[in-house]
Amino acid sequence: MVPIEYYLILSVVLFAMGAAGVLARRNALIIFMSIELMLNAANLAFVTFARQYGQLDGQVFVFFVIAAAAAEVAVGLALIVMIFRSKHSIDVDQMSSLRE
Amino acid sequence: MTTPVKLLDFITILPVIFLAAWACLLLLVDLWVKHKRVTAYLAALGLAIGLGLLWYQAAWIGNAGFNHMVVLDGFSVFVNALLLLSGLLGIALAYGYLRRMGIERGEFYPLVLFSLSGMMLMAQAADLIVVFLSLEFLSIPLYVLTAFAYPKAASEEAGLKYFLLGAFAGGFVVYGIALVYGAAATTALDGIIAAVAEGRANLSLLVSGAALILVGLGFKVAIVPFHMWTPDAYQGAPSAVTAFMSSAAKLAGFAALVRIFALAFSSLSDDLIPILWGLSALTMLVGNLLAIPQTNIKRMLAYSSIAHAGYILMAFTAFGNPGVAEVSIAAVLFYLAAYTVTNYGAWGVVILLERAGDLGLEIGGYAGLGRKYPALAACMTIFMLSLIGLPPTLGLVGKFYLFRAVIAADLIPLAVIGVLTSLISAWYYLRVVVNMYMRTGDPEISPEPWALTITGLMAILTVLVSLLPGWLFFLASQARLNLF
Amino acid sequence: MPNPWVFIGLFIIIAAIIPIGAIVVALILGPKKPNPIKQSTYECGLETVGDSLVQFKAQYYVFALAFLIFDVEAVFLFPWAIAMNKMPLYVALEGVIFIVILVAGLVYTWRKGALEWV
Repeated sequence: MVPIEYYLILSVVLFAMGAAGVLARRNALIIFMSIELMLNAANLAFVTFARQYGQLDGQVFVFFVIAAAAAEVAVGLALIVMIFRSKHSIDVDQMSSLRE
Repeated sequence: MTTPVKLLDFITILPVIFLAAWACLLLLVDLWVKHKRVTAYLAALGLAIGLGLLWYQAAWIGNAGFNHMVVLDGFSVFVNALLLLSGLLGIALAYGYLRRMGIERGEFYPLVLFSLSGMMLMAQAADLIVVFLSLEFLSIPLYVLTAFAYPKAASEEAGLKYFLLGAFAGGFVVYGIALVYGAAATTALDGIIAAVAEGRANLSLLVSGAALILVGLGFKVAIVPFHMWTPDAYQGAPSAVTAFMSSAAKLAGFAALVRIFALAFSSLSDDLIPILWGLSALTMLVGNLLAIPQTNIKRMLAYSSIAHAGYILMAFTAFGNPGVAEVSIAAVLFYLAAYTVTNYGAWGVVILLERAGDLGLEIGGYAGLGRKYPALAACMTIFMLSLIGLPPTLGLVGKFYLFRAVIAADLIPLAVIGVLTSLISAWYYLRVVVNMYMRTGDPEISPEPWALTITGLMAILTVLVSLLPGWLFFLASQARLNLF
Repeated sequence: MPNPWVFIGLFIIIAAIIPIGAIVVALILGPKKPNPIKQSTYECGLETVGDSLVQFKAQYYVFALAFLIFDVEAVFLFPWAIAMNKMPLYVALEGVIFIVILVAGLVYTWRKGALEWV
């Protein structure tokens, strides 16, 4: 057996990569992909714990996360496409219609 | 272990089911409706029926449904009633505003209803799965509503910013839930309590999970340092959406925060109190200080809403102290109700003065309002006094209960910060009043019957309820948290 | 039972072999007789107009997003369909309600004209 900890470490690394990506990148699409990475890190943790405890709860949770993430993707991509059409850029630093 | 679903299970979330179904139907009906006002009235009818169902449902207080996924307790009924009322107020404010701004699209009303049903489910959630689902269910329509003034650039950008940071916060919540699940082998709140009580839970994992959930919900209710989206989203969104978002989303976020932390994580309070202490002090300071230099009323109210999240969090800091928890939760509920009333009133004034093209939003533009529209200026003065916490308004009574809870919990330094920042806040709230009465100007208002009615009504409520606050506080203190 | 890392290694190797293999096989076996028509941008049999790095019509995205939603929501239908024989009536009905909600979404998309190809 691959020890449980390895999966958890992988999941923490993925989550940290995702969070760092959100904070460091300026392209809305890449920020968005980083957020998906965070969600999938959580999914990995859920599946790992579900296997450790021999339960199905964690796996079912993953279903819900995937479905909710898809709904978010649809809305998010629609927003990004909309902005790209009007500004021809999805760099979040260039979104300055609102004052800082 | 799991029991089959009974009719009672559906009764426990009857208003939520009804509202979501009504929103689906409304979305379809709207496709064939030419006058979007019909959709507005149908949405309001749905909310009124929802209130009726809530009344009917109240007879079953004390039940859990769907294998303890949701509960029906006094707390959830109180919060849901506030949410439904705030939905009605939001629709009333949007009714004329959307048309005037040229964004009268029928989807507005179903989206508000969808978001509301998510918020109501959140107030009833007794399992972290439901918390997550309802969080997404309330947030996704709000992202769309924020960008509703499309193709206006400010609104689109506000929508994207809110979306990116909201989804980011969602990631934190999910990961926090994963850690809690890893610590307690369950996502049910009662299961977590049992696991902690029996010593099965991995406490360090549980604390980190709780902290991540706090970060995620902190984003939703705009707690510093997770508030970056608030000013932009509140300013860029159509004002009617901001009014709804700043009241209802805050209400739902705090409902979830209170339920999760006061019930499932009350044993962790020793670890969490310093964090909450710091967050609430920071939120009060930053929110009030950054509100001072604002010249745009929407942005100022956004920072003010951050500051008020800080006051609410301040009362909640003592959640783990069994002697104080009940009083502090009642104070939080009372303050949320008071804030909802005042906030809708203030946004009503903003909506009346706003003109297409982002005009009439500068605080300087309020000059001369006292002479030209004395009644409206008086209403705005009442709301500003209430937001500061001066008599004779609801804000004073609300703050009194908040500070009483904080002092009872022996968190005197925090209370001092709260009082001092309230004094600071007088600076920028009174500037609006000074502008209205002491300066000359020629402001234009758009006399919309619904917005005028709501503004007047909220002003009357702000004063009247503050004279007789006992019954509302009684209701709030009856709104007990339970898992059954 | 062999070392479980063997499986992970196998996964990585197979995951790499399949795409690389497909490309390599196509390179080796495919006849190479280039002509201008073949090298032009592929666009569903139509004659290509202009540069290929143009902005796509928003329509493409609407289709893709609608597809995405319906595709992913099917994740709930698989367990539901598999447990069909063992579930009580109300669970079967809840699945039906779920599908009805999806259909409502489809009706909305259709009526809004997002499915028209213009």
